[in-house]
Formats: sequence, structure tokens, C-alpha cells
Amino acid sequence: MIPEIGHLALIIALVASLIQCVLPMWGAHTNQIQLMQVARPTAYTQLFFVIIAFVALMTSFINKDFSVINVVQNSNADLPTIYRICATWGSHEGSILLWGLMLALWSSAVARFSKHLTLPILARTLGVLGFISFGTILFTLITSNPFLRMIPAASNGTDLNPLLQDPGMIIHPPMLYMGYVGTSVVFSLAIAALLSGKLDTAWARWSRPWITVAWCFLTIGIALGSGWAYYELGWGGWWFWDPVENASFMPWLLGTALIHSLAVTEKRGGFKMWTALLAILTFSMSLLGTFLVRSGVITSVHAFATDPERGIFILIFLAILIGGSLTLFSIRAPKAVAGEEFDLVSKDSMLLTNNILLLVAAAAVLLGTLYPLILEALGLGKLSVGKPYFDAVFVPLMTPALFLMGVGPITRWRSAKPIDLVTQLRWALGATVVSAVFTPFVLRSWTPGIGFGLFLAIWITTASLVNLFNRIKSHPANAISALRAQSASYYGMLIAHIGVAVFIFGVTMVNGFEEEKDLRMSAGTSNSLAGYDFVLNNIQQVQGENYVAAQATITVTKDNQFVTVMKPEKRKYFSSQMLMTEAAIHTSFTGDLYISMAEAISNTEWGVKIQFKPFINWIWGGAFLIALGGFFAVMDKKYRFKKNKSL
Amino acid sequence: MKPRNKRILLILTGLVALGVATFFVLRAFNENLVFFYTPSQIANHEAPTNKSFRIGGMVVENSLQREPGGLEVKFIVTDTAQSVPVQYAGILPDLFKEGKGVVAEGRLNSQGVFVASQVLAKHDENYMPPEAKDAVKAAQENQNKNNLAKTSQNTDPKK
Repeated sequence: MIPEIGHLALIIALVASLIQCVLPMWGAHTNQIQLMQVARPTAYTQLFFVIIAFVALMTSFINKDFSVINVVQNSNADLPTIYRICATWGSHEGSILLWGLMLALWSSAVARFSKHLTLPILARTLGVLGFISFGTILFTLITSNPFLRMIPAASNGTDLNPLLQDPGMIIHPPMLYMGYVGTSVVFSLAIAALLSGKLDTAWARWSRPWITVAWCFLTIGIALGSGWAYYELGWGGWWFWDPVENASFMPWLLGTALIHSLAVTEKRGGFKMWTALLAILTFSMSLLGTFLVRSGVITSVHAFATDPERGIFILIFLAILIGGSLTLFSIRAPKAVAGEEFDLVSKDSMLLTNNILLLVAAAAVLLGTLYPLILEALGLGKLSVGKPYFDAVFVPLMTPALFLMGVGPITRWRSAKPIDLVTQLRWALGATVVSAVFTPFVLRSWTPGIGFGLFLAIWITTASLVNLFNRIKSHPANAISALRAQSASYYGMLIAHIGVAVFIFGVTMVNGFEEEKDLRMSAGTSNSLAGYDFVLNNIQQVQGENYVAAQATITVTKDNQFVTVMKPEKRKYFSSQMLMTEAAIHTSFTGDLYISMAEAISNTEWGVKIQFKPFINWIWGGAFLIALGGFFAVMDKKYRFKKNKSL
Repeated sequence: MKPRNKRILLILTGLVALGVATFFVLRAFNENLVFFYTPSQIANHEAPTNKSFRIGGMVVENSLQREPGGLEVKFIVTDTAQSVPVQYAGILPDLFKEGKGVVAEGRLNSQGVFVASQVLAKHDENYMPPEAKDAVKAAQENQNKNNLAKTSQNTDPKK
């Protein structure tokens, strides 16, 4: 009964989303107030029914209803309750439903927090969101219905992929989707503004908090995914330039560009067309990412099934949305008035440079991700584009952007004197060069890569501090009131930029100083790495709730002082008979020890991989600071809109 | 400077920067493509000897040998028509099994042994890497063609 309720609720939500799209759009076009006013209630209605559908699916999983095909394929009677809940979005069907749920949440948030929008703009924004919802729910119902039954019911399910049986599964997908799908709001706002011919500073001011929040969730989602891959896949890598990672990284890059260009549009009225284009491209990349991940064109842990029907549906939807919005853009954009003039050296020009670099970087990632797929689809051969390409492209492209992160924030809008910038930043630059050159000597190793990475990290930090110091100095009263006088969005920017510095520091240290050894160990064997001594005490069988594992006990000491006992496991899950490496990780502020078991070489010997990852947590720490900065920026008073203040 | 000239200068700078960036991206792209070869193609000497590439196929049953002491392993990869000996020092992924599909990246040495720098892990027991699957399929199609050719020769009435 419950699955049928869910199915019915989803059909009602489909109808609601269609009404949410058609009536308000028509109302805005013909200027009929009653029709435009339909937008808000239908958005709430749609959310209500999508929630019912989602809860119905979750209930089927919790109740172990093995008459539902999706439950049979992604769950098992032995599966712990929390993972049965997560299994709701563990399958293709469930994850698309989660996509729809997030979209409905964002739409209702727009309906709720939009008192300041004029009715036509609101109606068009919700109308576009309604259209996207309609496509998503239709896709779910036609190609990926999670509520289908099987008769007779199965006695047990095949199980959730053991890789997904992890706390990361609880939080990574919802966070990532929240960010992914959230880019639809700025997209819809841009389309609404283009349709209304009101591409102005007010539009930029409404758009900014929405993209910033979505971007924060996306940042957290990507960082969580990276952290999860690090500890769960058992090889200690944190980023693989895997197509699925790229799919989430491209909208992130464009979203970052968008946030910065919105700053120009909001403050100076410039870059309007560019900003609108970025808003369209950011969401397009989110959709393209969904296509790549969900259509089965790439095979990875995230691709559940290869089904051409799904791929074609998403491709058509993608073509309509991207093609339609770009056409609208090309018709309407020339009418937008050009912004104010600016000089070659100015905050405007630096933000433009940052935008171009981020856009080129996103395009480079897109090239590396799509090229092998296109070539293969055309039957022109098989090849892969791996880490070396992305590293070779990404570092040089990001370097000038990262350097400008130090200069840009203290540069004046419109026109700045280079000599002023040099005067203000000479101490920061001096301190940076000195510490970047000497720190590696303290660490007893130096490569150009290490010096370079440290240079950028320290540069961003010191230049940000100079910026803060200048603001205090130029304030008439004392330092405390000067600090109080700064806006939340200013602090947000500082925190996010320092987050980038922390991230770069982490990456530099891991790449420069990581150590690893592949060993053959048996009880009593000892070995050392990075100053730590490891003794394998024993290997024993242990039993988990739904698996059996070989577990090694390894005592770690440093200079004869006890550090920790680590217990890596090699698990075998009962239902799927799948082997899983469960690494043991000893985390500290300055780095991780990472031990994973490979395989039994003989009765007594095991292959064991021991790694030392200095400062690796700074990578994710930096990412969380970046997101925190974004949340700070949204708290700014200027985004607490009064009703209908503008337009 | 006049505003017009300023704008032109700005646009030119932007275009030059974009051009330089594109040049470097494409160069890096060209240099870092990793091509894929089947054991049959390697037997035909189609694979490069000075460049890293990928191979795919099935691990031959009972071909896995371990060197005593270290973690060095040797195994044979086949596409059912031809096979290549592979040598690898390091930890094999969880789903590496004799008789199952595998993809490895590395170089050919002068003895014709493929020295792998990486053996790729896949996430699913029943999943066959597409590269491995295609290698086997291509080899089988080739064999079928040859067999057909042979049978048609044998049944040639003039003989």
C-alpha cells in the first residue's frame, strides 16, 4: 500500500509542477495577477507531495518490503537500519527522487523568501523551477520509478553495495545534491530577468545569496565525497579526477566565477551579460553532471545501470533547457546596457581575469572528461585522460588566479595605481618569499613544487591580513569598533580566502612529503616509515553484523613511545561475497597514518600498505572554511530584503 | 588613453590571455592522452614502446606468480587470441582475480613484458571493465572471421 501512496503522490507532484510552470508563466506574459499568484501555492503543494513520495520510499526500505523491486535490489534483511534509510538514495531511482526532493525544497524556499521580488519576476522564477521539476519527476516516473513491485515478492534483497555502507552515505549525497540542484535558483532568476528585460543590480543582489548558499553546500558535498573516497576506498587518495568528481567540480568552478562576477554586477552594474551567461552555464554543468553520472555513459561507483532510455531522456531535457536558455540569452542579452568603464588595473579587471581563468579551467576539465566519451561514442578508439593532464592544466591556470586573490581584495574599483598596490603589499610579499624559501629547509626537503605551493598559501594569508589591517588603520575609532564596523560579507570573503590558503597548504604538504610502503608482513614483523615504527602483533578473524573480516593489530610507536594501535580489516560481506578493504587511520593535526590490508599471500603473510599523509586534513579543513566563508557572506545585512524595496 | 582605446586594449589583453591558456591546455591534453591497446594489437607491434599506455583483457587462470620476499607479481593477460605477460610491484586491487577482467597502465619493456605502474580497481564483482570486454570481443570476432575464411577455403570445390 505504502509504495502505491508514494507513486500516486509523485503523479500529483508532477501535475502540481506542470501548473507551477504553465500558469504563472502565462500570467506573467499576459499580465494576469491571479495566474501569477498561483506560483507560490503550487510550489508548496509540489513539495508536500514529493515529501510524501520520498517518505513512502524510505518507509518501504525501513519495513524491508521485499515486494518493491528497488528495495530488493538495494537492501537486505541483515542491513543495519541506518543504512536501510540511506539506501533510499543508494540506487539510481532513489537518487533521482532525492534530486526532485531537493529541487522542490529550493522552489519552496524561493516561494517563502521572496517577499521582495515583484510578482512577474517571482512568477517566472518559480515557473522555470516548475519546468525543471516537471522534467525531473517525469523522468522518475517514466524511466526510473522506484515504486515498482515484483510478484511474487522476494524473500530477501541482494544488498546495498558494501562501499556505500558507511556514515558518508548518510550525509554526502544530500549535501552534494543540495548544492547541485541549488544552482537551478540562480538559473531561474537569470531566465526570469532575461524574460522581463530587467537584468540589473537588483537582480544581482537577489541572485547572490542563492548561489552562495548552493555553492556552500556544493563545496561541503565535494569535500565530504573526497574524504569518503579517502578512507573508504582504501588507497589513501583524496582526488582522482574521476569523471564523476569532475561532474561536481565543473559547476563548482563556474559557481565560484559566478559569485565573483555577481559582486561586480551588484556593486558596479557591470558584467551583466557575462553574469547571466555564467548563471546559465553553472546550472547547465549541474545538469550535464547529472547526465554523465546517471546515464551510465561512465562506469564508476556512482553509475548504477546502463540504460540508453535514461540517457536519451536526460540528453533531450538538457538540450531543451540549455539550448532554450542560450537562445533566450542571445536574443535578450544585446538589450542589456553596458556597465561602467574600468581600467586595466582595477578590482573589476582582476575579477574579470579570475572569471576567465575559472571558466577556462572548467572548460579544460570538461574537455578531459568528455573527449574520451565522444571519441568512443564515434568509434574512433579508446583512450583515457588521467591525472597528469588535469594536473598539468590546472596548476598553471589556477596560479595567476590564486596570486590575484592576494591583490584583488585591496584593489580599488574602476581604477587603481599599481604603485599603491606595491606599497601596500611589499611587506606581505617579502614575508611570503622569505618563508616560502626557508620553510622547506626546516622541513629538510625542497622541491620547486613545495616552495611554490607554500608561496601561494602564505601569500593569500598575509595579503588577507594586510587587507584587514588596512581597514582597521583607516577606521577613525579604535581597533575593536573597526572590526565591528566590517560587514559580514567582508569577513566571509576573508574566511573563504584563508580557507583556500589552508587547502593549498594541505595539498602541498601531502604531495611534497607523503610516504608509503607496500610490505609483506606476518605476526611479529616490524617496519618503519616517516619516523614511526610499526609492529604487526597478530591477524585474526572478526565477525561484523553482515560481514566477516580478517583484522590485523598493529602497534605504532615513535622513538620508543607508544602512539596508537591500528586495526585495518579486509572484509567479506555475506550477501554479495564482495571483498572490502577497511583502512585503519590514525588522525592528528599534522597528518594521518594510513594502513590498509591487501591480501593474504600465504597462510601467515599478508600484503600491507602503510602510508604517512602529512597535513591531509587541512585539505578538507580548508574546504570547510571556504564553505563557512560563504555562509558568513549570506548573513550580511544587505541581503535582508525589505518587501518590494527594489523594482 | 581614450576610453575607446582602453577598451580595445582590455579586449586584446583578454584574447591574448585566452589564446595562451588554450594553447597550454591543448598541449597538455595532447601530451597526456593515454591510449588503449589489446593484447592482439601488442602482438602485431601496434603499441608504442616509448610511451605509457593501457591494456585490457582477462587474467589467465593459474598464471599469477608471486616473487618470494617482495610484493612483485607476474600474471598473463589475454584477449583469448593473444596474450601479454604483465609484471607489477605493489598491491593488487580487491577485485583482481584470475579469470576475471583487468585493466593495467604501464609500458612495454624490451623483453615484451608489460611493466604495469597501476592495476585498476573496479567497484563491482560482476562488472567487467569495458576495455577488457571489448578486447575479448574484438579478438573473438577476428578469430571467427579467420575460421570462416578457413572453412570456406576447405570447402572450395576446385580443391
